[in-house]
Amino acid sequence: MKKALVSIAFGLTASLFATGASAQATLNSVKQKGFLTCGSNTGLAGFGQPDAQGNWTGLDVDLCRAIAAAIFDDPTKVRFIPLAAKDRFTALQSGEVDVLSRNSTATMSRDTQLGLDFPVINYFDGQGFMVRKKLGVSSAKELNGASICTQQGTTTELNLADYFRANNMKYEVVAFATSDETFKAYDAGRCDAFTTDASGLYAERLRASAPDDHIVLPEIISKEPLGPAVRHGDNNWGDIVRWVHNAMLNAEELGVTKANVEQMKTSTNPEIKRLLGTEGKFGEAIGLTNDWAVRVIKHVGNYGESFEKNVGEGSRLKIKRGQNALWTKGGLQYGIPVR
Amino acid sequence: MSTAVDMPRFVRAKQVEALPPPNLARGPIAWIRENLFSGPFNTLLTLVVLYLLYVSVPPMVKFLFIDAVWTGTDRAACRADTGGSESGACWAFIWDKINYFIYGSYTVSERWRVNIFFALLAIGVVWLLWLRAPRRDLGAVYFFWIFPTASYILLTGGNESFSGRFWIGFAILGALVISLFAFVAAVLKASMRPALVIGGGIVAVVGVTLALVDMDFGLAHVPTSLWGGILVTLLVATVGIVVSLPFGIVLALGRRSKLPIVRLASVIFIEFVRGVPLITVLIMANTMLPLFLPGDMTVDRLLRPLIGTALFASAYMAEVVRGGLQAMPKGQYEGAMSLGLNYPQMMSLIILPQALRIVIPGIVNTFIGLFKDTSLVAIVGIFDLVKTIEASRIDPNWAAPTIGMTGYVFAALFYFIFCFGMSRYSLGVERRLAAGQKR
Amino acid sequence: MQTAVSQTSPPKKSFLYDPKVRGIFYQVVLVAAIIFLFYMAATNAIENLQRAKIASGFGFLNNTAGFDISQTLIQFSAAGGTYGDAFIVGLLNTLVVSAIGIFFTTFLGFLIGIARLSKNWVVANVAMVYVEVLRNVPLLVQLLFWYIAVLGALPQPRNSLEMGAGFYLNSRGLFMARPLWGDTIWVLVAVLAIGIVGTLLYRRWAKQQQERTGRQSPVGKVALALLLGLPILTWILLALLGTNPITFELPRKGTFNLTGGMQVLPEFVALLLGLVTYTAAFIAEIVRAGILAVSKGQTEAAGSLGLKPGQTLRLVVVPQAMRVIIPPLTSQYLNLTKNSSLAVAIGYPDLVQVFMGTVLNQTGQAIEVVVITMGVYLTISLVTSFFMNIYNRRMAIVER
Repeated sequence: MKKALVSIAFGLTASLFATGASAQATLNSVKQKGFLTCGSNTGLAGFGQPDAQGNWTGLDVDLCRAIAAAIFDDPTKVRFIPLAAKDRFTALQSGEVDVLSRNSTATMSRDTQLGLDFPVINYFDGQGFMVRKKLGVSSAKELNGASICTQQGTTTELNLADYFRANNMKYEVVAFATSDETFKAYDAGRCDAFTTDASGLYAERLRASAPDDHIVLPEIISKEPLGPAVRHGDNNWGDIVRWVHNAMLNAEELGVTKANVEQMKTSTNPEIKRLLGTEGKFGEAIGLTNDWAVRVIKHVGNYGESFEKNVGEGSRLKIKRGQNALWTKGGLQYGIPVR
Repeated sequence: MSTAVDMPRFVRAKQVEALPPPNLARGPIAWIRENLFSGPFNTLLTLVVLYLLYVSVPPMVKFLFIDAVWTGTDRAACRADTGGSESGACWAFIWDKINYFIYGSYTVSERWRVNIFFALLAIGVVWLLWLRAPRRDLGAVYFFWIFPTASYILLTGGNESFSGRFWIGFAILGALVISLFAFVAAVLKASMRPALVIGGGIVAVVGVTLALVDMDFGLAHVPTSLWGGILVTLLVATVGIVVSLPFGIVLALGRRSKLPIVRLASVIFIEFVRGVPLITVLIMANTMLPLFLPGDMTVDRLLRPLIGTALFASAYMAEVVRGGLQAMPKGQYEGAMSLGLNYPQMMSLIILPQALRIVIPGIVNTFIGLFKDTSLVAIVGIFDLVKTIEASRIDPNWAAPTIGMTGYVFAALFYFIFCFGMSRYSLGVERRLAAGQKR
Repeated sequence: MQTAVSQTSPPKKSFLYDPKVRGIFYQVVLVAAIIFLFYMAATNAIENLQRAKIASGFGFLNNTAGFDISQTLIQFSAAGGTYGDAFIVGLLNTLVVSAIGIFFTTFLGFLIGIARLSKNWVVANVAMVYVEVLRNVPLLVQLLFWYIAVLGALPQPRNSLEMGAGFYLNSRGLFMARPLWGDTIWVLVAVLAIGIVGTLLYRRWAKQQQERTGRQSPVGKVALALLLGLPILTWILLALLGTNPITFELPRKGTFNLTGGMQVLPEFVALLLGLVTYTAAFIAEIVRAGILAVSKGQTEAAGSLGLKPGQTLRLVVVPQAMRVIIPPLTSQYLNLTKNSSLAVAIGYPDLVQVFMGTVLNQTGQAIEVVVITMGVYLTISLVTSFFMNIYNRRMAIVER
């Protein structure tokens, strides 16, 4: 009897902490809650990182802020839930987060077997290696016999094994549970090389005790298209994520920036007019207001601005646009037209 | 008998003061000889240990104090290439990060709420642990009801805004519970009043708690993902203690029960939990709990390890309490029964008060274990003290060689103060109880 | 109304007053509650798994793992190894660190426990400080501390510390010569077996001799000669004959690191150090309590029989203290084994790190993985306590 009461008590406590989420109408539940829950990295410079006061910054964080801006006209209506690599997909599946914007690689098995959808790719990446300069290594092909630090439970760990096997090289793997531990072990001299997505290498290098002592090797050994993930089955919600990102791309292409978006409303360019909602009812079609893109750009800026601020020249990472330049500049980022 | 009058005068009436022992047999030199150099083997032993101390203590003191860096605002102070000192602890780092170590990322403007939580916790602990404190029964009510409710509201901000459906559901459930008590009383032909009072009491307590949690006190909501540092460490430990004690008692009673199924269920639970490492329980709570709940229900990330540690501690607590129950002489049970007390009365009025008293040292030892074990939540990604130190270690502003060591020494010191304090307390109680037994 | 009847059979009351009936009622409620909980959990789990499209069942154990592990006691590679092999690798790593840890911690724990009772003030107090400090700091903090202490103290591979005899030390671990068995190894094994049998026989003879005549024989010296001297002599002889039964593969310097030989990972060393020093503090307290539990009269009686202090300790105090010491000691051994799961914090590939970490993440089959892992620890615990009970029954003081 007492035991039953205890279990009821437990159930009640659990329900106190619990938050409801429905698989079908994510947009409605977000509007009802009054904020967006966004699964983010536990701390990756440039992509998703909280400071000591809990203010989040980064490219992935900006995407969540942009979604919140599109819905609420307020980029602060986001709650970030830091997720470890191993917890991220369950958190999304169980409805704990509305969108997972945490530099996650889109793969076929994740798309089809984990019940996820990757509406867009917001950063084209690939796995690389970082080594100490004084080792005198200039190519990943010279890493035969090296000790390599990696994070367990990631695609990185598997790519690593594939690469060394394909090139018939030996290595010693040292796997850690979190990216922090992995990098600390590398920095302490436990490993000769450290491997993760190239963007992550640049971000982590900043945290080394002497960043200039390390170089990133030129080889990229895998394709890592990173993007936000949503639950499979709620297409409208996936559309919103897709179009928020595309609006940011189109804005960059059309020269609409955070600073000039209000003036651009008066533009006569039909593409800009459709993007900013002065022509057509594109916003309403996805359950938002017609000025949804204005809200996004006003609060967060276009893709280029977000990139420069978080990972590009305006940041400490200083990553070149490379593959992530607009298609017009030889990159892969291609905004789907609003029409 | 007046023969004393005839006693010869040369017999001394008083004993002569003894001569002082020879110089070599007293004073510090004798003590040293007696205790340190009483034989060749002992001498060798002393020398070996003194050598070990010589090798280990001066470098430690040098690292911790003499070469330590006490002030500084960033890593420059603790790096040789920027003119700092690399051979000593970097206390400036701890000092700079101390707020993060205490509160985690808890909203800065709301940190006073955490301070109140610490104060409430201290009051509760002192009230319960100080054996001669006034009204310790009220202390229990405070610690197991008022304090948790108040802390919940303070830390999260309360204002849960339950839906109307929730309250209707609760009203139905409450009515069911009261009528169940009434039904049992009616069936047992026991008097109706106490049953209604107990049933109503439970419903009222839960209802008032929920209403308080529901109420808007104008406190801003602080999501649990921002909590961290010592706040979380103490929170996990406190929840573990508040839950494990009653739950452990229930399990211990279950294990001693005459009812085979109740006994079996308790034994399986206790032995299962005690047979596996805590970290596997935490990982289970983290990965499997969400799977066992209905699809649209999720459990807060902080609550999962809380449940895990609380269940884990309960099993250990149950074994401690069982020890106390077994130590009760059979006469106590028989005496209670012969007075016509029923099982709940016998347990709550006669057996448990005595049994719990004699196992206080065991309970405190379990708390010490629990307190140390809270550090394991760091492995499942909760920002407790250990995790905040881990996270600060990779802050580029403080990238310096001695940061890690300094952080761990700080953590060790924190845990040591609490655990050592608790173990001293438990020793003190043990001595007091032993004194009572000797009489 | 017959009063005689009311004395033999109790007055007829509602059957609900019958404690048996009430007992059954409570148990039915409990069983129903448990079944309900399990039913809810199971149906939810099935529904959730289907929705998330997570596979279930234990078939994944036969799938290729595709990742590597740093310390493998059996052949394991990313290409050929399955998840099931990874499980065995992890399990063996857990067992090996536990076994070595138990060996050293017993030694250290007894040493410190006896030191605490020493009449030597310095020794006793140093031991006390050791116990209090180590016991009151979480193992996790100690492990993290040891890990950076170990890593920080070791040089980079290019400046490896050469310690002679094929031993090298650097931040990749401790490297030593790997023994390679020659063709004549069986001779050595046979000689070793003869040595063991000989020692046992001699011990029996010596005991009978003592019981007959009261004379004591140098058992220790003879055993040493038979167990160590004989095999070493044989080895030298075989080597001189040109058929060396054991040759050593020495570590050589490679591009990055030493290759060949045997390697002990720094993670292993840190974990071992942490587990040994931490558990030793608890064992010391158990040993101290055990020795104090032997009444002083026993020591005095032994002394009056003319036994030397060493003999008193060995023949009188320790055997009696062991009765008190063994049960809690076993639970400390179990604790050490369970605590080895903290390896996950410092990257030593034990069962939890490999199986509950990597395999769980790669397959997503949380329930199966958690059940298997917990089952392993549970089995170890239950088997140990089973043997413990047998031992306790045999050791229980037979009252005469």
